[in-house]
Order: sequence, then structure tokens, then C-alpha cells
Amino acid sequence: MERSVVFSGFGGQGLLFTGQVLARAAIKDGLEVFWIPSYGPEMRGGTASCTVILADHPIGSPVVDRFDAAVAMNLPSLRKFAPHVAPGGLLIVNTSLITSQTSARADIDELRLACTELAARGGDDTLVSIVALGALVARLGWVTPDSVRAALREISARKRPEIIEADLGVFAAGLEAGRVGVLA
Amino acid sequence: MARRMPELGRVFVQAESELGAINMALGAAATGARVMVSSSSPGISLMAEAMSYMAGSGTPMVLVNVMRAGPGLGGIGPSQSDYFQATKGHGHGDYRVPVLAPASIGEAMDLMATAFELAERYRTPVMVVLDGILGQAMEPVELRFRNPERHAFDWALTGAAGRPARIIKSIDLVPEVLEKRNLNLQRKYAEISRQEVLWATESMEDADYVLVAYGTAARVARSAIEKARARGIKAGLFRPITLWPFPSRELARISRHAHAILTVELSSGQMVEDVRLAVEGRCPVGFHGRMGGLVPTPDEVVGALKALHGKVERTRERDREQQQKRHDGRSEAQSGLHRAVVDGPPERTHRTEAGVNASGRDGGER
Repeated sequence: MERSVVFSGFGGQGLLFTGQVLARAAIKDGLEVFWIPSYGPEMRGGTASCTVILADHPIGSPVVDRFDAAVAMNLPSLRKFAPHVAPGGLLIVNTSLITSQTSARADIDELRLACTELAARGGDDTLVSIVALGALVARLGWVTPDSVRAALREISARKRPEIIEADLGVFAAGLEAGRVGVLA
Repeated sequence: MARRMPELGRVFVQAESELGAINMALGAAATGARVMVSSSSPGISLMAEAMSYMAGSGTPMVLVNVMRAGPGLGGIGPSQSDYFQATKGHGHGDYRVPVLAPASIGEAMDLMATAFELAERYRTPVMVVLDGILGQAMEPVELRFRNPERHAFDWALTGAAGRPARIIKSIDLVPEVLEKRNLNLQRKYAEISRQEVLWATESMEDADYVLVAYGTAARVARSAIEKARARGIKAGLFRPITLWPFPSRELARISRHAHAILTVELSSGQMVEDVRLAVEGRCPVGFHGRMGGLVPTPDEVVGALKALHGKVERTRERDREQQQKRHDGRSEAQSGLHRAVVDGPPERTHRTEAGVNASGRDGGER
């Protein structure tokens, strides 16, 4: 088993952080993990991304050109990564910023979530990427929700202890949205 | 490092320039302190002069190069295009430095202790080379800290009160004396070449084809090997961990049984020269690489491997046909001539490689 996901959006949307949470959760579940941020000129275009690879064997190539899942938090990310989702893969689209555009692909599972609204419902409308993580975990089950919660606690305890409860609330909202699949 | 070193009562200095950094390191190392400097390609070029002085004066130090794409200012993407620089001398003069190339973050951690051990045992600068992928990535590691044992630094400049003064220098204006110094250095390098070679292999037990790669390229090769095996091509990985001394003897042994070797690098083909020197024409050596900060995909490497496989199969088929013809009563003179063409390593190898380079690049399944 080897799975890859790219989290992409504006700098400040918490994408690198969210990738780290997934990576740490995967370690708790006994998986091999590789986390790498985007590098090169694309960082200057206002888009930040990171790739996380999970596997049950030592990870080979750190560079992925077909992702099992992609999270697009803004329009440039949708344009950049939608074509690179593997057939049958999952694409999470943040409709709080991407209102009408779609991947126009029938061969993937495109999950459209209003991440800002869902994050607000969970307790903090800035934690948009944690919504996407919740939905990803609910949909694909690569890691257990308990491991994600533990990872959130550990990472936030070091950096922003005041935000742990909001992180957990927003993660729960994301899990729920991933299970339901649509935002009412 | 900036946060952690003072916590441990140690020193972290953000130097004003690369020249400042490396010469501070030279000064600190001369007092017997353990010193490490890190930079990325263009910064490493600026440090070449001091590296030569350290090699000449026997000053231990560890220099980490997180390679980025060049030449010149180049870009900030990952690269392995400083292989020549690291392994063939770096600065001026007849010297070498041990070069360690980890392929994962855990291995990088382990090899840092090895780097200091080598530096102190042989009184030499040591390089550790990574690339922009390993430099930015995160991976889980097992925390196995090893603090190498300190050697008696009977050469270090620690204050001469109560003992004769020591001098650390690389200058010597008497040719005969300087030659003697050089011969001593060469003896040291011969000793390192005998004692300190490191390499790793994967899936080699039944491999017909051998991928030779280090660092990030070795990880791409690992994925490619898995894909190639799924398509019936038995491939294995030979991964140099010391780039100098290069594991030539072990690779030579492997080349006696391999159908062909494919070298994969994030460069135009630098290590492949050492691979060819080791293989000495015993089997074809192909190459696949990307430059500019790009990383080959496993599919690309499989494409190059399939092309190489095709060439080898066609050559073997020709050999079989010609053998058959000889059996069928061709004249001794003709077949002798034929053998010279078919078996002559320079011509056949050269043709195969040229073909592989071209088709490997275009033939990948991207």
C-alpha cells in the first residue's frame, strides 16, 4: 500500500501544517511517511502546497505525478492539481473560494465543501484546511481519526495551545462533512 | 540549530558570508573543536579555497552541501550536479575528501556521526551531500544519537603554555619537503579508499539489471525497480553511500553478472563516469538524468530501463545468430573478424549507450 495526497492553496490557509498533522497521525498508525513542501518558483505565485506519502513499506520516489487525493483550497490549486488526480481518486474542492469551477472530470470523486463555513461551525473559521483533512480521513480511512486527534493535540500543544479545542471541533466538522458528502 | 546549540552550551554563528563561515570553521577546527558548516551549491563553491587549506593542513571539519540546480546562480530545485565538485577535489591541489550521500533523513542523521569520525580519524575535511528534496522533507526517524569518541588531538592549537608550540599550516616552500607532505596525504587517501567504502544494495539477489543511484535518485530508482519487476524485468539497486571513496570494487564484481547497468542521477551524468571506470566495459552502462531542479519519475526510469533491456536482448539475439552461423561452417577468418566487432566492448558499449540516452529520455512513460 502506498498513497499520496497534495494539500494546496494560499499561504496562510494552514496547508503545510495540515500535511504535518496527517504525517504524524500516520506515524502513530505505524505507517512510513514522507512530507515535502512545494519548492521552487511556484511558491512565489501565492500558492503553497505540500505532498504527503503514506506507505506500509519504505517509501521510494518522493516525487509524485499522480495523486490518490488532492485538496484544492483555491482556484490556482484546482487548475494545477485536478489533472494529476489518479482515476478513481479523491479531489476536495473548497467552494468558499472556488464557487463555480470544477475539475470537469467524471473519473474521480470530487467532494465540494464550503470549508470556511464548516470551519466556523466547528469553532474557528480560519482552520479551513483542517476541514479538508477531516473529510479526507472520513472518505479514505488512510489513518484513524483518533491518531489525527492525538497528532493535532501534540502539534498544537507546542505551537498554539489555545487553539487545540477549535482544531478538534473543526476536525469533527470535516469528518462529518466527508461522511455526508455534501454541505447543506 | 540557532535555538538548540546555545541551549546545549555550544556555539552557533550565522556568518556574514561563505568565506567568513568556512574560515571561522578552519580556525575553530584548528583548536580541536568539532565544527560543521552547511550551505547550498554556490556557497560551497566559495568555500573551495579553505577546504583545500584544511586538506593540506590536516584540519578536521564537516561540510554539508544541500545541492541545488546550477550552474551559476541556477535555481533552488533539487540537484546532484555537484558530484564532480565533491568527489574530484573541490579546491586546488592534490587532495580528496570523503563524501557521504544519505538517501533518507534517518540515514543523514546516522551518517553525521560517521562524518565526524572520518574527519577526526584521518584529520581531513569531510563532505555530506544531500539535495533540495532531502533538505526540505520530513520523515520519521529512530533517534539513535551516537557521539563519536574523541581522539587525542595532539596537534590542536590549545595554548602552548608548558609545551612546545604547535603549528598548523599548508604552506611549504621547499619542494622536496612539500612532495613528502603530498606523499603522506596520498597514503592517507589510499588508506581511506581501503577502509571506508560504504554502499547498500536492494533486490540484487536475482537481478539481471542494476540501477546505480545515490541520494534522492536512489529512492526514485527503488520505485522504478518495483515497477520494472512487475513487468518482468529483474532489476536491483546498487547505492553508493560514500561517493568518494567510490565502491568500485564491489560494482566491478556485480558488473560481471549483470546484463546491463543504468545510472540515474539528478544531473547530466557525473557519477556515471565513475560507474564506467569501475565496470570497465564488462557490460553496457546506460544513463538517465534530469537537470534544472527536476527529478526523474519512476516511469521515466522504467522507460530507460526497458530501452536498455531491448538493446541487450537484441544484442544477445545477434550473438546467438552469429554463433549459429559459425556452427554452420563459416570460415575461421570471417568469424574471427565478426567476433572482434561483436565482442569489442568499446564499439558495442558506445552504440548501446548512445541509443539508451536518446530513447531513455523520450521513451519514458510520462
